[in-house]
Amino acid sequence: MSTAKIRKIVTTVENTYLEMGKSIDPPTRRAASVAVIENPCAGSYHEDLEALMVIGEELGELLGRKCVEALGIEPSQAQSYGKSAMVGENGELEHAAAILHPRLGKPLRAAVEKGAALVASSKKMGSMGQVLDVPLGHKKAAYVRSHFDGMEVRINDAPRANEIMVAVAVTDSGRPLPRVGGLTHGDAVGEDGLR
Amino acid sequence: MPEVIIRKSFITIEEIFHEGGPPSARPLRRGAVASVIVNPYAGRYVESITDFIDDLRPLGLQMAKDLLKAFGDEPSLIEGYGKGAIVGEAGELEHGALWHAPGGYSMRELLPASKAIVPSTKKVGGPGTLLDVPVTHSNASYVRSHFDAIEVGCSDAPRAHEMLVILVMTSGARIHNRAGGLAAADIIGEDGLK
Repeated sequence: MSTAKIRKIVTTVENTYLEMGKSIDPPTRRAASVAVIENPCAGSYHEDLEALMVIGEELGELLGRKCVEALGIEPSQAQSYGKSAMVGENGELEHAAAILHPRLGKPLRAAVEKGAALVASSKKMGSMGQVLDVPLGHKKAAYVRSHFDGMEVRINDAPRANEIMVAVAVTDSGRPLPRVGGLTHGDAVGEDGLR
Repeated sequence: MPEVIIRKSFITIEEIFHEGGPPSARPLRRGAVASVIVNPYAGRYVESITDFIDDLRPLGLQMAKDLLKAFGDEPSLIEGYGKGAIVGEAGELEHGALWHAPGGYSMRELLPASKAIVPSTKKVGGPGTLLDVPVTHSNASYVRSHFDAIEVGCSDAPRAHEMLVILVMTSGARIHNRAGGLAAADIIGEDGLK
């Protein structure tokens, strides 16, 4: 069984206290944790991407936990999440899909306690220093409008050609000053993952 | 006295396990803390600006404490440090220089082995500007294994009337350091240099 060969992990927590001169109290907070891993399928065509799916499962737990720890919250206090991958030039976009979609979500949901909503995702091919925008959506109800957001991650020396950057983002809040209406965090039911 | 107004802050911790060579039993950790603050002197020339140094001291100390906490709150684990500032476009480079004393001495107050000068860099730039913050050994500047740099930036800062002030720390040498020179084990640790 293949497990991730991790070269580095970068974890960031961001707090926003002010927006347009208005105080944000409590501050909105979001975290991202990014693993830089060796791409076991780099350099040649692999029909079977099982090795990457296994890595996805492992990283869903690891990166979800690191985000929650970095925020210093209980898993139940997490409010939104997202996942992304950027594949270095010797890989293919499908490698990102194999990591993100089959198995990463379940352990990530467990790490934030009962995520019911689809985990928002993005993926791209890229090179060292490129920016990856991780989309964010409410963990219980995808239609909660105040929590649609994104978090930029970037590592100057990753991904190298044979690497993949795998990112998970978790927040304990929505945007700083949400006022475009829609379903609210307080009104979300959280059973069907949508509302 | 100008008040220190913080719009946002962030902490990043990087754990490096290897860089193509043998994985280290003790991963190198590199951390940065940054605060986006209002530049009280932006938009005009102000001759006397040194009052802001004292205003920044509590922020510097808090940032150093927060970063240390992200390393596990163990000052003896920190072996390298650095500092930097990015001044938004309505400010001037000199405003970044106000960070030298509050940034540097906050870390040296908390770290037991910190005789070395805190290396620094600064520039004027817009939102998303990246700053390569230099790192040296905290007790002896000439330790070659600990020369490093940490890239820091924020997509929406500094805005024109803001400054991004930064502190960085590391837990040790470059992950596969083998370029010779003064070793951390061989330092005298008296003059901050060797």
